[in-house]
Amino acid sequence: MAQEIVISAKDLSLTFATGDGAVHALKNVSLDVKKGEFVSFIGPSGCGKTTFLRVMADLEQPTGGNITVNGVSPSAARQARAYGYVFQAAGLYPWRSIGGNIRLPLEIMGFSKAEQAERVKNVLELVELSDFEKKFPWQLSGGMQQRASIARALAFDADILLMDEPFGALDEIVRDHLNEQLLKLWKRTHKTIGFVTHSIPEAVYLSTKIVVMSPRPGRITDVIESSLPEERPLNIRDSEEFIAIAQRVREGLRAGHDAE
Amino acid sequence: MTQKLLPILTVILALLAAWYVAVVPMNIKSALTTAERAGADVVPAGAKERRDLSAIGLVATNSFAIAATFSQDRPRLPAPHQVASELWKTTVEKKITSKRSLVFHAWITLSATLLGFAIGTGMGILLAVGIVHSRAMDMSVMPWAIASQTIPILAIAPMIIVVLNSIGIQGLLPKAFISAYLSFFPVVVGMVKGLRSPDRMQLDLLKTYNSSAPQSLLKLRLPASLPYLFASLKIGIAASLVGAIVGELPTGAVRGLGARLLAGSYYGQTVQIWSALFMAAIVAASLVALVGVIQRLTLKKMGMS
Repeated sequence: MAQEIVISAKDLSLTFATGDGAVHALKNVSLDVKKGEFVSFIGPSGCGKTTFLRVMADLEQPTGGNITVNGVSPSAARQARAYGYVFQAAGLYPWRSIGGNIRLPLEIMGFSKAEQAERVKNVLELVELSDFEKKFPWQLSGGMQQRASIARALAFDADILLMDEPFGALDEIVRDHLNEQLLKLWKRTHKTIGFVTHSIPEAVYLSTKIVVMSPRPGRITDVIESSLPEERPLNIRDSEEFIAIAQRVREGLRAGHDAE
Repeated sequence: MTQKLLPILTVILALLAAWYVAVVPMNIKSALTTAERAGADVVPAGAKERRDLSAIGLVATNSFAIAATFSQDRPRLPAPHQVASELWKTTVEKKITSKRSLVFHAWITLSATLLGFAIGTGMGILLAVGIVHSRAMDMSVMPWAIASQTIPILAIAPMIIVVLNSIGIQGLLPKAFISAYLSFFPVVVGMVKGLRSPDRMQLDLLKTYNSSAPQSLLKLRLPASLPYLFASLKIGIAASLVGAIVGELPTGAVRGLGARLLAGSYYGQTVQIWSALFMAAIVAASLVALVGVIQRLTLKKMGMS
């Protein structure tokens, strides 16, 4: 795997001014993400994991420090359409079919009709929804809708995929299934993935790198390079290695908590 | 359907009954005058004597005249069957090209209504798009739009007609403008709300695509605003009809439902006034129902109902 650095944050800070005074959503956060890595951001609510992801996506502006995405500012990266973003809710347009929803970014970016059809077909295959192109969102289950929204983020073939608790609203069984699919997809596409979660097993199962964060102020308390093999069946979660990593994540979370 | 039919029929019957009951005291004095002239014994005798007496008391003392209150030529309050038969005579039994046909007059008013509604809706949507995209327009246009609706339409309608007439605009357009004046407002208010209805996440998503403002408008804001637009259109089209009728009043128009109302009041033709009113109500109800049908079909097709 190439060692090119895709996302690089140095002393990144973001302070929200609220009625009750300043809230330090991020304070002095430094992190390098290499190309092709699957990085999870885990921590309790308020630790700034989502804010960090939104800063990478140019949806929030940092108040201090530096961050580059693909070597340029997040704003330039966004304008170059360098990443696909998956939100917690699928957010599909009810008036568009699944295919139509996936075509949305392609239409905005000006792909030709033929290329749109081709890409929609490809990404639907990737998320195993090929039979549902003509269906409307309300005809799909929550898990399938979220898969469609991942397909939408993949459609324009950005190298980076940013996912903000994409499976947070789904039940355990669907979630396991989607995690498995996501890993397969990551292996096939070799995209760099930033993944926000508050589930320890999810983070350990998916990631090559786990970033543990804690709140007030939002900061990184631990960065764990996973030693798990690239091939990960679901039952890897019972292995000693998996449990050891999960243990370290839990300790990182607890350490952040004790510091308050 | 039958479950709904029973309560609806009950309400209609109750209204009709109340109407019939009201007709008797409303018309009793003129009925008694007519009867007295025809030689009947009326208590007390003399229209002058009866003028200040209560109508209900007169009904009690002269119950023989009750039947006559339902069939006067120019009743103060016509009975429902009189209005119904006038409606029947002036719609079904007259050729629609006749000047005495209510269908003809309704069409005159309807054409101004539809043109005004189209202008008002178009203007409303344009203003709403401007208001949503420009902070300056939001702060400057909205107060004027609200102020425009506080002016009584009856006061401003003659001025619109006079001003437009002086620059050579006559006929359908002045009425349509008054109609548009009333109907643009609900559309502006509804569309502003509708165009702003997409949530933060939806807007963020488009931002990640680096979508331009016109693209966001076309792909997200406009489709998302449709349920709001339809709610506004229902109010707007009824307001348009009121505008068109009011627009016919100050010009002394000879054609249109407003002209029928005006002529009816000149000549004390209450039956004609009431049938014109009912025609207006029927047209309004049909227009609102039509918008409702289009709304249901559209939103169903868009998966938003």
